[in-house]
Amino acid sequence: MHKGKGMKFVGDSRISAEKTSQIPKDYSEYPGRTEAFWPNFLLKEWLVGAVFLVGFLCLTLAHTPPLEGMADPTDAAYIPLPDWYFLFLYELLKYEFASGDWVLMGILVMPGLAFGALLLAPFLDNGPGRRPHQRPIANGMMILGLISVIWLTYESAAHVDWEARAEANKPIPESSVTIDTEHEGYAVYENNCMTCHGGELEGGPAAPTLLGIEYSAEEIADIAVNGIGGMPGGIFTGSDEELEQLADFIITVNESAE
Amino acid sequence: MLQKLYDWIDERIDITPIWRDIADHEVPEHVNPAHHFSAFVYCFGGLTFFVVVIQILSGMFLTMYYVPDIENAWKSVYYLQTEVAHGQIVRGMHHWGASVVIVMLLLHTLRVFFQGAYKKPRELNWIVGVLIFFVMLGLGFTGYLLPWDNKAYFATQVGLEIAEQVPFIGEQLKTLLAGDANIVGAQTLTRFFAIHVFFLPAALFGLLAAHFILIRRQGISGPL
Repeated sequence: MHKGKGMKFVGDSRISAEKTSQIPKDYSEYPGRTEAFWPNFLLKEWLVGAVFLVGFLCLTLAHTPPLEGMADPTDAAYIPLPDWYFLFLYELLKYEFASGDWVLMGILVMPGLAFGALLLAPFLDNGPGRRPHQRPIANGMMILGLISVIWLTYESAAHVDWEARAEANKPIPESSVTIDTEHEGYAVYENNCMTCHGGELEGGPAAPTLLGIEYSAEEIADIAVNGIGGMPGGIFTGSDEELEQLADFIITVNESAE
Repeated sequence: MLQKLYDWIDERIDITPIWRDIADHEVPEHVNPAHHFSAFVYCFGGLTFFVVVIQILSGMFLTMYYVPDIENAWKSVYYLQTEVAHGQIVRGMHHWGASVVIVMLLLHTLRVFFQGAYKKPRELNWIVGVLIFFVMLGLGFTGYLLPWDNKAYFATQVGLEIAEQVPFIGEQLKTLLAGDANIVGAQTLTRFFAIHVFFLPAALFGLLAAHFILIRRQGISGPL
């Protein structure tokens, strides 16, 4: 940093008024075929990034992100599974020496030792040599750890039928009912039935839903006039033509909901 | 015109040294895949950061629709996935990115480990890197609950039961995470949301800054 007497500043700030050169340093003096990061190398990195992004987006497009049904805490039959990168820890807890009375081995001692050793690797493997054959113990431990993690993950994942699992836990889509307010029977429904059966035939506290009913047009018309179950007769007030339109409307909505 | 704009800004905030620190440095031959193809192993770290950026951006867009509440969390995710234009892609990027980032982190860690690149004077940066790994696993664990579907709920319940078995502090630890000693519910979801969206990303940004500053200070490790 430039300092000393005779420095000029921008206004009363501490920013130097003297221009510094904006040409990047010449790295060709360094040993080997060194390259400037900006802009030469960055362009290549950019290309690697672009290729990676294309691959990643292909993965995203090819596989819908999974979503199971909404959480139901009362579902006692559900077999829980963590995300794949926790499977090895989960599988470890199934071994006798890592569960039951020995559960602390599985949840604290073994993962603690493994991840603790990973964290402190530079101090455990503190010799000067960097080449693999100069550090057989460190590399051996790492390869052993890797094999165990891969083995545990495989053991855990191989016994799960992932497709059947996804199929069994698919979310149930909410019924999408289209109410055609232009239908001639809609006005009749609005006047006679909507107060109890709801704006989308979904039912209410006083009356059941009209979706998914198995009645014919004649039976619907009959129920509208004479009532059924807790529904008294005489609620429908209108002409026979309107009654026909009403029955047709209810059947049309039911067909659209299927 | 651009030069004038640059000078105007430079005169006020002295930007040249800042971008010099970020961008103006040499790339040695042994890490340049243009000279040695096997040097592609040096890309893993940068690609990990790239996926982290994807995670941050897609996550920001997800919070535009996501509602951290047990009534609406699942519904908002379902709506995002089925109704919102490109919602499935944005959620897909965040979902698959969470796995890809772990894979890339693992590859980067193995590259550094087997090259012995963590040896003096780079011990501190290795520790920062392993802490980043732990933060990532924490992000994976807390993010798994947020869609509030069955697998999220029951996996979290198992995770909390494991936390409970830790001696002495187990129950406090579970209560701290779940918001209640017994119930995995509304409080758990808001807590995991806060941890996933505010606490852990804050820790991640700090650690990433330390990671990158250390790399620039020390330079990349030499060839074997």
